[in-house]
Amino acid sequence: MSQPNRIFIKGNEAIARGALAAGAKCFFGYPITPQNDIPEFMSQAMFDAGGQFVQAESEVAAANMLLGAAACGIRSLTTSSSPGISLKQEAISYMAGCEVPGVIVNVSRGGPGLGDIGPSQADYFQAVKGGGHGDYKLLVLAPGTVQEAYDLTIKAFDLAFKYRNPVMLLADAIIGQMQEPVVPWTPENRDPHEGQDWGLVGAKNRAPRLIKSLFLDDGALAGQNQKLQAKYEAMKAEIDQELFLTEDAELIIVAFGSIGRIVKSTIRKLRSQGKKVGLVRPITLFPFPADVLLRLAKEGKRFLTIEHNMGQMVEDVRLSIRMVADSDFYAQLPGTLPTPDDFEQPILKALEG
Amino acid sequence: MSMYQDAIIAGFGGQGVMLIGNLLAYAGMDAGLNVTYIPVYGPEMRGGTANCTVVVSDDVIGSPIIRSPLSVIIMNGPSLDKFQPLLQDNGVLILNSSLIDPAKTNKDRVRVYAVPVNEIADQLGNTRMANMVALGAYVQATGVLPVKRVQDSLPSVISAHYSHMIPKNAEAIQAGADYVIQHGQYV
Repeated sequence: MSQPNRIFIKGNEAIARGALAAGAKCFFGYPITPQNDIPEFMSQAMFDAGGQFVQAESEVAAANMLLGAAACGIRSLTTSSSPGISLKQEAISYMAGCEVPGVIVNVSRGGPGLGDIGPSQADYFQAVKGGGHGDYKLLVLAPGTVQEAYDLTIKAFDLAFKYRNPVMLLADAIIGQMQEPVVPWTPENRDPHEGQDWGLVGAKNRAPRLIKSLFLDDGALAGQNQKLQAKYEAMKAEIDQELFLTEDAELIIVAFGSIGRIVKSTIRKLRSQGKKVGLVRPITLFPFPADVLLRLAKEGKRFLTIEHNMGQMVEDVRLSIRMVADSDFYAQLPGTLPTPDDFEQPILKALEG
Repeated sequence: MSMYQDAIIAGFGGQGVMLIGNLLAYAGMDAGLNVTYIPVYGPEMRGGTANCTVVVSDDVIGSPIIRSPLSVIIMNGPSLDKFQPLLQDNGVLILNSSLIDPAKTNKDRVRVYAVPVNEIADQLGNTRMANMVALGAYVQATGVLPVKRVQDSLPSVISAHYSHMIPKNAEAIQAGADYVIQHGQYV
């Protein structure tokens, strides 16, 4: 099983390397724990790749620089952690309104407020339900391994340009700080004219283009909102999830990101004791794998959602299976470090129903 | 039969516990296995104890964070107080007996290997290699990987600038392994 091409890196470095492999040419950031490895790595590597690295004067500035670079059709990203992501929300709403493709990485930490510097999944609502103002959606991807952090960062850029929409990679301090072997790869056959047909790339010999999120003409904003909704509907083609031992399971655990992998250890242990437990790990948090959950609900399975927050994704789980089933919920408190042992009793309790 | 081992490595900041955790993980990867390494960071990092968790397996690894480990490497007193109670029954405890009295261990519940890592490192010419001695003892006591595999991965964690230190560190790893072979378990 030897894989000689593996490198042993932190999740944060995997995100940085994934962005470079995807062809990112601009990075804008501002320091905050636990994602500082990303700008640290980028400060040299982006320079080496012939791109631009800017440590901005604030998160607000970094996010607006991303808006500007994205409007030029350039693959660009900003990274931060929870409090910093809150500061970026205005620009993210503008990006969605302007339909420009940028990647925003949240290596989330505990909140609310300054919270702590440890892991937490309490930014789920902010990531999938808006965060900024207006009827908009981000595509939200949640890695569960360091390899996936690399792979999904590449995918984030592809999806951002495919839909001309901001994409968020929602990791946490566990995925960001842990090290795992990664097989690096570089996507091939990228469109060399990407962004040229709509981006602000110079108007010589053609009519000027206008990228904006202000629609004052009668009916214009209504039309823009309809267009956006149709796009969000079309994004359902991107739904992705991992199913682990769900076939014969009586109880389905729904968990994403780091918790989705940690609970696997618990599930393996309980399986060895004959307990029929499986896992659905949503990889796209928006769009949400509602159909998969509904199918499992119709098969008569029961559900327990586990999150490293006080109960956020569980609302989407319940919406997905409404009229057929319900989901129990277990909160791993932000401010604590989750281990497989923490989930054993809650799962056994849910199994007894 | 699948192969699985996990370890918490703990000591004072500066004793090199993160370095040997990284080395163990690299050696596992270089052996073709799956590995995870996670440092515990937070208020504990500032002045007090430092620790990291390493998991090595030939299967996909679920959790990189372990509450009740199969093995621990304990480099200072506070770490013994914190992690000995969490170690699984019959788990392996590598103890830095240069700093900690082995009588403080619960030798009836867990398998203790008391190794005077500071003195052994001193004899090799540098106290700072005590961490490598401890890792050598650990690898021998658990059999998680061949000692040579760990020695061969040293260039992955020691920067080119210090590459002249690699043979000495390999010696220190061997010395830790030899001590366990000669002295066995603390009873």
